[in-house]
Amino acid sequence: MADKILKELTIRVWRQKDAKSKGKLESYKINNISGGTSFLEMLDILNEELINKGTEPIAFDHDCREGICGMCSLFVNGRAHGPDNDITTCQLHMRKFSEGETITIEPWRAGAFPVIKDLIVDRMAFEKVLQSGGYISVNTGGVPDGNAIPISYDDAEEAMDAAACIGCGACVATCKNSSAMLFVSAKVSHLAKLPQGRVEATRRAKNMVAKMDELGFGNCTNTGACEVECPKGISIANIARLNREFLSATIKE
Amino acid sequence: MSSFLSSSIGKKLIMSLSGLFLIVFVLVHLILNSFLMFDSTGELFNAGAHFMSLPIIRFGLQPVLFGGFIIHIIYAITLTLQNQKARPQKYAVQNLSNSSTWSSRNMFVLGGLVLVFIAMHLMHFFVPIQIEGNVHDDAQLVKALFTNGSMGLVYTGLYVLGAILLGLHLAHGFWSAFQSIGFSNKIWKKRLEKVSYFYAIFVAAGFIIIPLYLHFFA
Repeated sequence: MADKILKELTIRVWRQKDAKSKGKLESYKINNISGGTSFLEMLDILNEELINKGTEPIAFDHDCREGICGMCSLFVNGRAHGPDNDITTCQLHMRKFSEGETITIEPWRAGAFPVIKDLIVDRMAFEKVLQSGGYISVNTGGVPDGNAIPISYDDAEEAMDAAACIGCGACVATCKNSSAMLFVSAKVSHLAKLPQGRVEATRRAKNMVAKMDELGFGNCTNTGACEVECPKGISIANIARLNREFLSATIKE
Repeated sequence: MSSFLSSSIGKKLIMSLSGLFLIVFVLVHLILNSFLMFDSTGELFNAGAHFMSLPIIRFGLQPVLFGGFIIHIIYAITLTLQNQKARPQKYAVQNLSNSSTWSSRNMFVLGGLVLVFIAMHLMHFFVPIQIEGNVHDDAQLVKALFTNGSMGLVYTGLYVLGAILLGLHLAHGFWSAFQSIGFSNKIWKKRLEKVSYFYAIFVAAGFIIIPLYLHFFA
């Protein structure tokens, strides 16, 4: 079955020359977009038209285009990764939009994620939080035997669910407080649930929370918007675990 | 310890503990108020109000209660200011209605409105009964407020509104307090949310029924 064709769309997009410039929303028309086109392909088509017209193309982040790298971002029509659940922007398709619609595209908005250009933001803050978590105590060397360390099925599953975080920043972008708690809790949880990560679990929770606060992310108010917009469906149960880890780390001191 | 109290999670812990303390207070307050409906002579309510005026309560528990309120308010302001600062540039279009509840996003506004209500409420009852101390029939004072002429209807309306605002605040605040303490997981979140909604509806309904009852039947 042929995909429906969207004859005309208005793309309202944030244009900002560089980190220091003041940006603004600008509108572009785009015609004859197939419903099977991915959202980023639609932006590619628009960029090609802009280049042909001699206009600077829209800068946006992307990499794998299959929803596993966490590079694409975009706040589309007021939602992180656009109007669909459990997907990244590269997995969003134009069939989710209707004929004649005006689509507003903005970069992630957070003090900790400054805009570099157009729709690209600097997400180095996440790397800094990860770095502050430090190492885990495992011996390097040969490949360890499978099941040498007993781990219950539930723990393994929960750790794996938390490890699904791709660090895209949708949680921060969608949170009304720009809180990074879902990201940090996922990173703390996937190690805290496993014996290998348990050794430094207390120190890790403390350091990562301290770094998160220092970088200017907001405070969690448990609205739960992050888990809805997370492309990997990371649960806010992880945030409760992070709170536990952090509180027990404080008590132990 | 100071680094703990200045951390985001530390401040949230204080928010939740003071919130849970106030949640208990609200329930005690509701039970006491319900005496107005179970005894039309007002003697039961007066006995309760008299107990609340005993020195041990006034000078022992009341400062703790006011302390709870003040801590809850100060930390709410601190956290909200930080949260505002965390997003210097706002979105032109933001749609949060399908990812979070209205009350969860408006806790500060709801709390502020509840505070305005509490200020009015203290002027009505706390000041004459406990500060001025010239009231002999407390139940009569309450009944008079809700029945006196056309203002009786206005005050009934304001108290019903106050109860609704409190209910909305509690609907998110109750389970959220447990989440901040760390007492939650995938299974318990669902249970806590149910208890939270039940508690919020119970408290709001209680505080709505009492002024309505007094206005129409007392």
